[in-house]
Amino acid sequence: MTRVGIVVFPGSNCEYDAASAVSELGAEFEFVWHSTTTLAGLDALILPGGFAHGDYLRPGALARFSPVMDAVRSFAAAGGPVLGICNGFQVLTEAGLLPGALQKNRGLTFLCQPTTLVVASTKSVLTRGASVGQELVVPINHFSGSYTCDDATLATLHADDRIVLRYRDNPNGSRDDIAAVANEAGNVVGLMPHPERAMSTLLGSADGRVLLAGFIAVGARAHA
Amino acid sequence: MIVEVTLREGIADPEGATIERALPALGFEGVTQVRAGKFFRLEVEAASPDEALERAQALAERLLSNPVIEDAVARLRPS
Repeated sequence: MTRVGIVVFPGSNCEYDAASAVSELGAEFEFVWHSTTTLAGLDALILPGGFAHGDYLRPGALARFSPVMDAVRSFAAAGGPVLGICNGFQVLTEAGLLPGALQKNRGLTFLCQPTTLVVASTKSVLTRGASVGQELVVPINHFSGSYTCDDATLATLHADDRIVLRYRDNPNGSRDDIAAVANEAGNVVGLMPHPERAMSTLLGSADGRVLLAGFIAVGARAHA
Repeated sequence: MIVEVTLREGIADPEGATIERALPALGFEGVTQVRAGKFFRLEVEAASPDEALERAQALAERLLSNPVIEDAVARLRPS
């Protein structure tokens, strides 16, 4: 069975939502405390949302130096699928595993609302199960979610098809409406919206399943 | 040591912009630009002021700022 490691920092708070989603999609999960230095037996990794190390200094700034991050870096370098959700995305950018940075939202308001995402690329481990142009309703819940990067980085992201998801109606001022980006190989993805909170139509949307099921399927292939 | 971290030129600064817009309403005229940032005060043990400055600048760039969007400048605190 696919085994997904969920990295837990002091201050993470979406690890149980992520675990519930992973279980529901038929995979096993294991919480990985941030002081862990090995990631044996795991097929995929999720860095969940929350406020790692209190978000002191900047979101992700201190988490980047947690002992587990060297192991995360090695796992990613070996091609393992890695997904950073919300604060996890901020951690991955601070760690240099993804380009750009997340700034305070335009308008300086904390945003907690459903957003409509448009799939921009299916090359990444998050969107293998989706199609380009597909619209997905997934909630956001963040204060620092405005994606920014310099012109050269943006050009590279375009040229290499690394913009994974865009907001249909940009809620936070993100450059080029970017909601998710991938690394060059497509195995590391970060997104600000919370697919693990879009698992049931009863609670507003089940569109997160499209993303997470695809991600877990990649882990299953890594496992095989 | 003093370390100042500010958003790089060209990076949008919603906090600074909000403060700038609020000033005229409070009767403070003539402020044409506000950039918000962070301020750190460090005590550094070093053999010389230059060495302290070098170390403070290094840690400012590695931890206190995100070089993707911010500039960091360390300087000796004026006594």
